[in-house]
Amino acid sequence: MPPKSGFSRARNVDYDDDDVYDDEDYYDEGGQNAEAEDAMTADDKEQMRIGTIRVREALGNMSDSTSDQKIQEALWHYYYDVSKSVSYLKNKLGTEVKKEKTKPISRFDQAASVADQNAPTTTGMSTHVHVSHVKEPARPAAHRLPLRSISIPTNAAATDFFWDVPWGNVPFNRRGIITVDAPHYKGALLGGSSKLAALAAKRRKEREDAEAAAPKVDSDADSAIAMLDKLSVRTKENNNPSRQSRYLVRRRSPSPVLEAPKEPETEEPEVPQPAVVIESPAQRASASLFASTLCGTDAAAKQPPLQLPDLSMPLAAHQSYNTMDAFSGPSPDDIKRKSKLANGDLAESVEKLAVADEPRTKSKNLNVVDVFEKSGMKRMANFVVLGHVDHGKSTLMGRLLYDLKVIDQRSIDKLRKEAELIGKSSFALAWVMDETSEERSRGVTVDIATNYIETEKSRFTILDAPGHKDFIPNMISGASQADFPVLVIDASTNSFESGLKGQTKEHILIARSMGMQHIIVAVNKMDTVAWSKARFDDIVKRMTTFLTEASFLEKRITFIPLAGLTGENVAKKIENSAGHWYSGETLLEALERIELPQRNVRKALRLSVADVFKGDMRCPLSISGRIDAGTLQVGDVVLALPANETATIKSIEVQDAPVDWAVAGQIPTLHLTDIDPVHLRQGDIVCAPKEPVKLVKAFTSKLLAFEPVLPMPVEVFRSTLNSPGSIRTLSARLNKFTGEVVKKKPRIVKPGEVARVVVQLERELPIEEGMRVVLRERGRTVGAGLMENVA
Amino acid sequence: MKLLKSQIEQKTGSGWAALLPEEPEDMWHAYNLIQEHDLIRAKAVRRVSKTSDAGSTSSQRIALDLTITVTYTDFDVGSGQLHVSGRVATENEYVKIGQHHTLDLELNRKFTIEKAEGWDSVALGQLKEACDASRRAQLWAVVLGEGTANICMITEHQTILRQKIEIAVPRKRKGGVDGHTKGMDRFFSTTLSTLLRQMDLPNATTSPQEKTLPLLLASPGFVASAFLTYIKAEATRTTNKPLLALLPHITIAHSSSEHIHSLNEALSSPAITNKLSDTKFSRETALMDKFATMMRLDDGRAWYGPREVERAVDKGAVGRGGGVLLINNALFRAQNVGERRRWVRLVDRVRDVEGGEVRVLSEAHESGKRLEGLGNVAAILTFPLEGLDEDDLGYLLKIFNLLSDIRHASELDISLSLLNISIV
Ligand SMILES: Nc1nc2c(ncn2[C@@H]2O[C@H](COP(=O)(O)OP(=O)(O)OP(=O)(O)O)[C@@H](O)[C@H]2O)c(=O)[nH]1
Ligand SMILES: [Mg+2]
Repeated sequence: MPPKSGFSRARNVDYDDDDVYDDEDYYDEGGQNAEAEDAMTADDKEQMRIGTIRVREALGNMSDSTSDQKIQEALWHYYYDVSKSVSYLKNKLGTEVKKEKTKPISRFDQAASVADQNAPTTTGMSTHVHVSHVKEPARPAAHRLPLRSISIPTNAAATDFFWDVPWGNVPFNRRGIITVDAPHYKGALLGGSSKLAALAAKRRKEREDAEAAAPKVDSDADSAIAMLDKLSVRTKENNNPSRQSRYLVRRRSPSPVLEAPKEPETEEPEVPQPAVVIESPAQRASASLFASTLCGTDAAAKQPPLQLPDLSMPLAAHQSYNTMDAFSGPSPDDIKRKSKLANGDLAESVEKLAVADEPRTKSKNLNVVDVFEKSGMKRMANFVVLGHVDHGKSTLMGRLLYDLKVIDQRSIDKLRKEAELIGKSSFALAWVMDETSEERSRGVTVDIATNYIETEKSRFTILDAPGHKDFIPNMISGASQADFPVLVIDASTNSFESGLKGQTKEHILIARSMGMQHIIVAVNKMDTVAWSKARFDDIVKRMTTFLTEASFLEKRITFIPLAGLTGENVAKKIENSAGHWYSGETLLEALERIELPQRNVRKALRLSVADVFKGDMRCPLSISGRIDAGTLQVGDVVLALPANETATIKSIEVQDAPVDWAVAGQIPTLHLTDIDPVHLRQGDIVCAPKEPVKLVKAFTSKLLAFEPVLPMPVEVFRSTLNSPGSIRTLSARLNKFTGEVVKKKPRIVKPGEVARVVVQLERELPIEEGMRVVLRERGRTVGAGLMENVA
Repeated sequence: MKLLKSQIEQKTGSGWAALLPEEPEDMWHAYNLIQEHDLIRAKAVRRVSKTSDAGSTSSQRIALDLTITVTYTDFDVGSGQLHVSGRVATENEYVKIGQHHTLDLELNRKFTIEKAEGWDSVALGQLKEACDASRRAQLWAVVLGEGTANICMITEHQTILRQKIEIAVPRKRKGGVDGHTKGMDRFFSTTLSTLLRQMDLPNATTSPQEKTLPLLLASPGFVASAFLTYIKAEATRTTNKPLLALLPHITIAHSSSEHIHSLNEALSSPAITNKLSDTKFSRETALMDKFATMMRLDDGRAWYGPREVERAVDKGAVGRGGGVLLINNALFRAQNVGERRRWVRLVDRVRDVEGGEVRVLSEAHESGKRLEGLGNVAAILTFPLEGLDEDDLGYLLKIFNLLSDIRHASELDISLSLLNISIV
């Protein structure tokens, strides 16, 4: 056994257990796979890998219901012939899916309908679904294997691949099978995940929009629509009974959860009706990659255009495949043309392309600022939950979600049971945020957990930060997305004190140096000190001193005595008479009241990428991150730095709901096309191609030192970016207040002093004047800086 | 490196040494030994064209011994290749004096070096160190975080980054950690396969005598231990004998980041120092740590930067009783002969005159890189000094003050020498 890796916390005793657990886990999952892999050459493996991805894509939403193993077996049998494997699997699934999926589907559907309603309710359900899902026999095998996410095929790859797929040349009877299967996609699409459901809803809406916008659809398309309608009617009949029953379940269970009023979503009320309408978009959805192949990537980026090629596709197949070939002709050119374009007129030329290709979509060309200002949107706020390890941050947030009914009783009970199983029942609420097995088995948050709550007045994004000092990089990336911090302090004896020396202090300094001015201090675990007013007052006094030293204004500090585990003063006022001395706000009330920083909606777009993932089957990649400045909308072409590659925004989600635009202060998920996943990673900046951020290799920074600073290697943090670098020179020590040079070339900058330093980066990175940086060395935050200029 | 033969005069330092590089690290030593203007003699292959009596020319590759005067050296850390360029210094049948040639020094091929400036103390020290036959510490280290791994080979004198791995691992997302889990698995499997390829594990059955090098895994959080778990599982699953044999040689350490400069921490962690106590890199790391600690105390007993350190030495503060001079070997490779002489003199003075300790750090280790950031020289003083960093005018004023209350001739001497240096 390895030594205990420098963590001195008693909890690490579980360590060995996990190892055992993990081992077993591994065997179970890898078992069947092992022989195959042993016999396989690297080439085979690669082919298998690509094949699997392709099959999955071809299967579309159906792929959710099959395991990788099945796919790989099929591939093995058909010597990696994707099309054969696909049709084999489809045939097989056509029969299997029904029985296999009944149970999960009902849960999925619940989740989906919840997602359909509104964001906050989604969480509980989908978490729950996920947890239960893991137990299914087909699943674990799949999740160990490096799939889908591996190397996501670029559009070009997809182009290649889809030529094999027998859209055009299957015998008609087989094509029939495909279409008959459509309802299954549909079921899976609606239920597969809240995101897909949301997308389906979005597509539905967009189709309506597009139809309204482009009435002159050519006759081919018309007949195609007619055909589809027929199909959808037929299929609806086929599946009527089962779907009806699913709907009932779906509608019933989540509805009581819906307390908070949601944003008006037009499709909402008429759920049974849309079910029919959705069908066709769902079918289109599965063909859209093909469509993008036909029409070139640019066109594919805009959603509405997808529909027409989609529709006309079966027709093309009837008539002559060659027309399609001709049709696809321009696309490689388009791609080339586009890549050749300098940043300058990209947006414009892309518009032109779209116009040239088809009479349908482009970006809606909204004046997002106007739309936003007129939208009368609820107040939206993002807050980060900070504090020393184990002070109860995750538990407090779990409690908040639970009390606001974002998480339902059943899910909590389930978590509690699971937590009890490994002897961590006190962590049940924290597990709402701590979802990875590592976090759960160790009882420590490792990475930021994002969640949403909504009240009458506001929509909040919760960013639950890890408290352990090793994960401060993650905490920084969370804090950089927040408007204000909620600092959680463990009131129990000694804990507060040790936190003050540890991450309570460090988190405060980081939050403050990122420019946050308001702070809520949740004095937690008050139950452990019997709601002692004296203890609370003492903590308030000492924290006030500390926070004002860190230059928080006293009037912007809010203290609340509370207990996350039991819920007093979180969403509800305390009932226990021991705590009646406090009559102030609950945490929720304070969250509602706190003043928010100005949003830079009118400035050029700046989004700092917090995560890169594959969130949508049809997009090579999705990213999420806070918009620090500016706005964006569907159809926008954006520039990713430092790769200096453009991408098109295919769709946007904010708080898990599809939207047309997003503005500074929001943390959207962007689904991108026209970009290879290698070009984006955490810490990159997404900006407007016309107003890019400069890439710099070294810069001068005004630095406030928290620890002694010498020329030394450091880690440079700029919002979500974390890069190795070094402090190259200490140029001058400055007067704290006037900024005048006090001493040139000091040999050391002492804690509390302000200096001008030159920071050297390992490679060129996007950093511009006025951006805030945090410098860390050997796991300590040594200073916070403001980028002054390129050095 | 094997010293085949040498003829160096004690007094003047003139003379030559014939050396046989035996392991890759020796190339690093050769790189540090060979200076501009030195004479190097080694086997070379040269294309020569001959004009026959009939007037036709034929081109031919000939192996011959060549002596060149070095103009330029080029060392590739990754591959350990050393190319020495220069002009031919002794004429022979095929080449004329002054012609250009680049010698590729190779393992197990001898070369002879004659120092242009003679063998000074530093060069002799380097020669001694290079030829020290005692078994040297070597280990593999992987510094990793979620999605990033730096695979390094650490030898006595170098930390060589063999491969950096970056795999996009999606972060945990609400309601779905699958992407993250899969990403981590992919990351671990890539890292392990790359590591195995790099380590080129000896097949236990064929070469039992070859020692398995220790492997250090360092990370913040739990990544290193999760990786070890993965390796174990993989070793058992594939019944990979060499990998199974490696397991007991794996050590886990903590580092605050996944960046390579965090190796420093891992190397100075007790887990490592206990195992590999007296290695050059752990000594150097400890020394830099000590220096940094003293620097933070800011009591005037730690100084860095060429001018500051020279002044401290001049004031006799880097001497007997704890004075330590830390100097990077990069300074001795200075292209400028005068520059090198300046540092050799400083070293000699501290060691021989002041009685202080001199540590030549390898800038190919992380601790050396830190020293590089500080201007390649630093010193721990025996008594506190202030104002060493003042600009020359301020410094002169100080010295004048000093001069004004001089009582002993010896003090005058010191002060004058200080004055000299600052004027120069
Ligand atoms: N008695 C009591 N215990 C609490 C309270 N809040 C949290 N805890 C306990 O504190 C422990 C740590 O809680 P977490 O929520 O994981 O703490 P955390 O701050 O999120 O920890 P990290 O994310 O790892 O930094 C758990 O055992 C909780 O049950 C409270 O109000 N009262
Ligand atoms: Mg937590």
